[in-house]
Amino acid sequence: MKIVAAMSGGVDSAVAAARMVDAGHEVVGVHLALSSNPQKYRSGARGCCTIEDSHDARRAADVIGIPFYIWDMAAEFHEGVVENFMAEYAIGRTPNPCLRCNEKIKFAAVMERAKALGFDGVATGHYAQMHETELGRVMYRAVDPGKDQSYVLAVLNTDQLAGAYFPLGDTVKDDVRKEAKARGLYVANKPDSHDICFVPSGDNAGWLRDRLGSDVGPIVDEDGTKLGEHKGAYTYTIGQRKGLGITIPAAGGEPRYVLKIEPKTNTVVVGNHEALAVSGITGEKAIWCGPVPAESTEYRGFAQVRAHGTPLPCTYSHKDGFISVSLDEPLFGLATGQGLVIYDGDRVVGSATVCATE
Amino acid sequence: MSIYLDHAATVPMVDEAVQALTAQMRIVGNASSLHSDGRAVRKAVEDARMSLADVVGCEPSEIIFTGTGTEADNLAIKGFYWKAVAANPTRTTILSSAIEHHAVKDPIEWLVDHEGATSVEIPVLRNGVIDIDFVRDYIAANKSAIALISVMHSNNEIGSLQPIREIVDIAGDIPVHTDAVQSLGKVDFNFAALGATAATISSHKVGGPLGVAALILKRGLDITPVTHGGGQERDVRSGTFNAPSIVAFAAAARAALSNRDSQSSRIAALRDSAAARILQAIPDATINGVAGLPGILNISFPDTESEALLLLLDSEGISASAGSACSAGVSRPSHVLLALGRTEEEAMSSLRFSLGSTTTQAEIDRLVEILPSVVQRARAAFSVKK
Repeated sequence: MKIVAAMSGGVDSAVAAARMVDAGHEVVGVHLALSSNPQKYRSGARGCCTIEDSHDARRAADVIGIPFYIWDMAAEFHEGVVENFMAEYAIGRTPNPCLRCNEKIKFAAVMERAKALGFDGVATGHYAQMHETELGRVMYRAVDPGKDQSYVLAVLNTDQLAGAYFPLGDTVKDDVRKEAKARGLYVANKPDSHDICFVPSGDNAGWLRDRLGSDVGPIVDEDGTKLGEHKGAYTYTIGQRKGLGITIPAAGGEPRYVLKIEPKTNTVVVGNHEALAVSGITGEKAIWCGPVPAESTEYRGFAQVRAHGTPLPCTYSHKDGFISVSLDEPLFGLATGQGLVIYDGDRVVGSATVCATE
Repeated sequence: MSIYLDHAATVPMVDEAVQALTAQMRIVGNASSLHSDGRAVRKAVEDARMSLADVVGCEPSEIIFTGTGTEADNLAIKGFYWKAVAANPTRTTILSSAIEHHAVKDPIEWLVDHEGATSVEIPVLRNGVIDIDFVRDYIAANKSAIALISVMHSNNEIGSLQPIREIVDIAGDIPVHTDAVQSLGKVDFNFAALGATAATISSHKVGGPLGVAALILKRGLDITPVTHGGGQERDVRSGTFNAPSIVAFAAAARAALSNRDSQSSRIAALRDSAAARILQAIPDATINGVAGLPGILNISFPDTESEALLLLLDSEGISASAGSACSAGVSRPSHVLLALGRTEEEAMSSLRFSLGSTTTQAEIDRLVEILPSVVQRARAAFSVKK
């Protein structure tokens, strides 16, 4: 097959590209330029599209012996990921931009371009597995539980997954690093990237404040009693305990947590830990990574609501693009806007965006 | 074997240069040393200087060897500017064309940002040639404010030749520098006949090694140096003589000159037939600029992106170049094509094929054969993006 290997300049995508070559595919390395104003150097574990990273990706491609190109996807990334990130915060949600990037950029804009240019698919260094089963070609968690990235890939529909290749899913990260070293890939010891790549400072709150404003507003308890003031509602997250700056102690001296953000009234609502309990979740814009379960039918499975969160036993059903989840045990603190991913054991069933909790 | 159609980027090294280079590399001696080993190397350097001077029509002492063409351009722009300003602080204007290479454009921008220079760009007509009337009018009105004029001898992206002799005649005593790296060995270039104050030439564009170039600088005129040190080259450029590369540069330039007329007409004929056949196969393609340098063919293919075209050509073993400049690894519309009045979209959809001495009819046939399907596929990718 002819494959585009998305190469970030990191160790995972470099080894993934090399493995696709070993498997006999005709591979072309592509580095995505996602920022129209890239930083020159990477700082710590942040960012993945600095100029330094693009040089690392090029060097890896040269060592592997494949052609290498840089595709400018900055406009698509800004529109599909960055603007969405801001818009979600502006309506009081907490989005996960990595999901949007996979959904809109890596396995959409890049995939479509690759296919138009005559390629058969896109390979990345994500940790997830694709298996041919009686259900078709479906996605499973990676064997390395610490690195499993099936959560951020659960936004891919079966069409997208049909052209997606994850050659690292059967390997633990340590072995990938060893393999990179054995292959002479200079990036073998590069730190893993974390955080949000378009917020190079790592200061999400400051980044949002610069763009969405920092209007002072009230912090209230569940009865609406004003307890203090915040400096921009967008910079709080559901379940946040520290940095609230409330001087009035709660009855019983219990710590307070952010329960809700109400952008229209610019209000942050706080309360005790029990008030964060969620046992029912509704997700919108359902995406199915394999066969679509029958509508309005209850299934047993696991729900995961954070990238490296615990899979929570649940009963789920879906109808009209909404997924309803009933958790066996409540979880504490779930923001709307987060990805809700449904698993059947280690198989990824599908996902939705959390729109309501109870 | 790839089909190499990127001779404007660099050309294969010729046998004469490889032989001269490797022979000289085995000889020990610093050309500045006074002992016999040093003198032997110095003789080789000065023989090469004399030979190169003969090829380019200048005095041997007018050649200042540098490490690269970019270094020579920087030396000319900054050296003339600093010299002019030192003599008269109000002479701060640098007049250059809108289609200069970054090796000229960027030092000018640096002087504007850091040294108080004023940059004035000469507009370019749709055919890729500067507006000489603008030069005449601007100089007539601002003569005493101009520190230097720098206009390339021929353009690297579209191949258009510039009227340097006319500029020199209009300029009077204002220094005129010309970047001639693309012209040497391809079209007539004679420093004395041209009358310019300074010119940049580069070894690897004429079949010599990388890492050596020269600023030809009129005798008796010493500009302010950029690098300071041993003062090897007229105290204008310091650094140990790179004897092997200098010797090979001269050998390559001589070989290029002796083959120039026959090669240029052959290459121009190949280029013209390629252009006609491509336009026939892809009727909405448009050629950028008029025929100047024999080997350059710059074409826009509507509703494509040059990035995609290059990827597809590369996968077919054809090496060409985008009509765009690389900025942080991402292509941006070429300032040259924009200066011609092309839209951003047109500029982003253009390719430069540059033919050279190794280009064959069979290679051009293959290009013409493959290009329609490549353009078609690039159009599919372009429509996806839209």
